[in-house]
Amino acid sequence: MRRGSIAFWFGAVVFLAVALALTQTLQNEYPFFAGYVILQFIVLSVAWTILGGYAGYVNFGTNAFFGVGVYTAVLLVQVFQAPLVVQILTAAAVGSLLGLGVGLLTLRMRGIFFSIATIALAIIIETSITNWRFVGGAAGIQLQRPPVTAPFDSYVKLLFFVQAVLVVIAVAVTRFIQNSRIGRGLQALRDDELAAECMGVPTLRLKLLACVISGALISAGGAPAAMYLQYANPDTAFDLNYSISVLAMSLIGGTAHWIGPVLGAILLGTTQQFLQVTISSEVNVLVLGIMLVVFVIAAPRGIIGLVARVAGKGGRA
Amino acid sequence: MTDATAPEAPLLRIDTLTKTFGGFVALDNINVEIRKGERFGLIGPNGSGKTTLVNCISGALRPNRGAVLFAGEDITPLPPNLRSHRGIARSFQIPRPFRSMTVLENLMVALDFAAHGHLFETEQHRREAAMVILNRIGLAAKAFTPTTTLTQVELRKMELARAMATGPKLLISDEAMAGLSASEVDEVLDLLMSLCGEDIAIIMIEHIMQAVMRFSERVMCLDAGKIIAIGAPAEVMANPRVQEAYLGT
Repeated sequence: MRRGSIAFWFGAVVFLAVALALTQTLQNEYPFFAGYVILQFIVLSVAWTILGGYAGYVNFGTNAFFGVGVYTAVLLVQVFQAPLVVQILTAAAVGSLLGLGVGLLTLRMRGIFFSIATIALAIIIETSITNWRFVGGAAGIQLQRPPVTAPFDSYVKLLFFVQAVLVVIAVAVTRFIQNSRIGRGLQALRDDELAAECMGVPTLRLKLLACVISGALISAGGAPAAMYLQYANPDTAFDLNYSISVLAMSLIGGTAHWIGPVLGAILLGTTQQFLQVTISSEVNVLVLGIMLVVFVIAAPRGIIGLVARVAGKGGRA
Repeated sequence: MTDATAPEAPLLRIDTLTKTFGGFVALDNINVEIRKGERFGLIGPNGSGKTTLVNCISGALRPNRGAVLFAGEDITPLPPNLRSHRGIARSFQIPRPFRSMTVLENLMVALDFAAHGHLFETEQHRREAAMVILNRIGLAAKAFTPTTTLTQVELRKMELARAMATGPKLLISDEAMAGLSASEVDEVLDLLMSLCGEDIAIIMIEHIMQAVMRFSERVMCLDAGKIIAIGAPAEVMANPRVQEAYLGT
């Protein structure tokens, strides 16, 4: 455990150093433009796994949290040209509140009913934003990027690095949960909520915690998208594809360990970026669907389940 | 009634407890007291309300009327996890293991979140405590086995082990012996007896009459949500209403 932590943080530092070095050396903006999306999906998938994987509450409202992140950023820019860090932190705060609301749903709903409720929530929020003129309404809103700061020579590179930092934060938080008693409690309540409760597990508190953390991270991961696109409209910010992609990435990677969604997001995210350039963005969804079907049949526990099976024993943290 | 010595404050007091499901009265005005370390048998035909009573004590169900008092305090509004922290543990009639975990991990859940957790500060301590319990119940060899591969008998033993891991003052064993062979029944009975020796009160729900008779200091018989007899085992068995409830008329 101790040794694992050292290795983990060493890896995180190396990852950030490489990300920073790339922004300083590569001139072409495109790799960062594409890489940003992949990093963003790592954040979303890892965060989703806290609730959807560990706790077993399948959240179909990833797009709600994502869109709330985007529009929190939009609002702050509209009101006082808030800097990026403030946008992200505020988005995390708003996302955690939304998470609390979703958490209260788990009081009464489980399984498919919970999932449907999260879709409904996304639609409600999207409709509200669509009718809110101050943040652009249905037509959307153009945003002006502020001048880029210090070591970066373009805003996209800056955003790429910021998203890399968010990846480290999201993974670190998720890893902490997995290795702590919280992780075991969530796993217990996923297997059997009543039995967990009778063994002394404070299931409601743990579920709320999972919802709040998951929500905060997803919204934080979505916040920079406003500046990334320099434009926001409800259709794209609340695109159901976010929910589907994140679900597919997490399930394909495997939800028993934080590395699963990371692998899933890299695999699917890269494939998507590649297809978008070579064929079309519409094919994305098709490929996503096919991969999901293949994995559900061939490797129901995802890539990490597959690896564990090949290695001949269960995965360990 | 059989205890001549008036007990101090009872460990568990069930006070005018009533539970209905729609128009169906599952428990009708139940009053009973159980003292520290008592061996208490709960019998009754199927559907007589035994498990509903257990659910009301453990907090899985809220009664419509009446109260559950534990160690002198009203715990009726508390959720199951807080009742567990106060010392109420149960096994389930149909085993409910955490399926994605090994036997040891199942016990670790209880130890991780137990109120006496401070006694086992490190993961290592908790692991050792879990192994002690598994040794005692005879499941140590299965500690690292996934629960999905256990037999019914092993699952029932694991249910008991997991309940013990919460560090209870009151343990409710809901048909832990169903399907066990005669020698295994003896084994589990010995275990439960030794727990009572440590001042843990046990409510045993069982259909195996010899086991109930041998184990219990007092037996209570429920029928259609009402207490029809309570007292010494032999007395209760001899009660014509009990015989009627079991054998029909």
